[in-house]
Amino acid sequence: MTPLATLVRTPIDPIALVRAVSSPGNGAVILFLGAVRQVNDGRDVTGIDYAAYEGMARRELQAIVDEGAARFGTGDVVVEHRLGELQVEDISVGIAVGHPHRDTAYAISRWVIEELKRRVPIWKREHYTDGTREWVDPTGHTSAVSPR
Amino acid sequence: MTVTVLLFASYAEALGASSLAVEVAGDATVADVIAHVRTYPGADRLPTLPLVAVNEQYADAHAVVREGDEVALIPPVAGG
Repeated sequence: MTPLATLVRTPIDPIALVRAVSSPGNGAVILFLGAVRQVNDGRDVTGIDYAAYEGMARRELQAIVDEGAARFGTGDVVVEHRLGELQVEDISVGIAVGHPHRDTAYAISRWVIEELKRRVPIWKREHYTDGTREWVDPTGHTSAVSPR
Repeated sequence: MTVTVLLFASYAEALGASSLAVEVAGDATVADVIAHVRTYPGADRLPTLPLVAVNEQYADAHAVVREGDEVALIPPVAGG
């Protein structure tokens, strides 16, 4: 198959991702799901909204699966990232990889999620139980944009 | 010439806008565009060297911009 990356605003269907990368030659199929966690950095989270620079995010995601497929020698890679408002336990990202052998399948899956987190222009704003909302800065340099 | 500056997430909140039409000289670089954005109210909350993309590709501060380019200031990404 051709590696496929999409941004969606509807719930991610994990089984559809698995089907997309399954084939008679693939002895290993790895499915990774990222979900909204209830507690982050000690604060109670009720939900998250995901925003993106959509054109670039789509382009970067596609570049990642294309590079991953070339680097590891398989085209059986799909990634879907959800945007918009999500609740705790909702799936925010799904990655499925098919390969003849598990070692490579695990490696591709791991590589794709790490690259996604490093370079795809997507942002998340956590909603807390006290009613406040904050954009998450994974670099921890919260002083970069300090509250007034 | 005019370039479009796109702002997202915390940067859009800081400046109270998601896009700006910025006038810069014909030979302007990304750094010149950022310097101009710094004159806007709220821009003091941007980091010194924000990550930038020109026309949806990551670019460094020395990259030259052209009329009509889309210059996006990219806050620390948090996908996944």
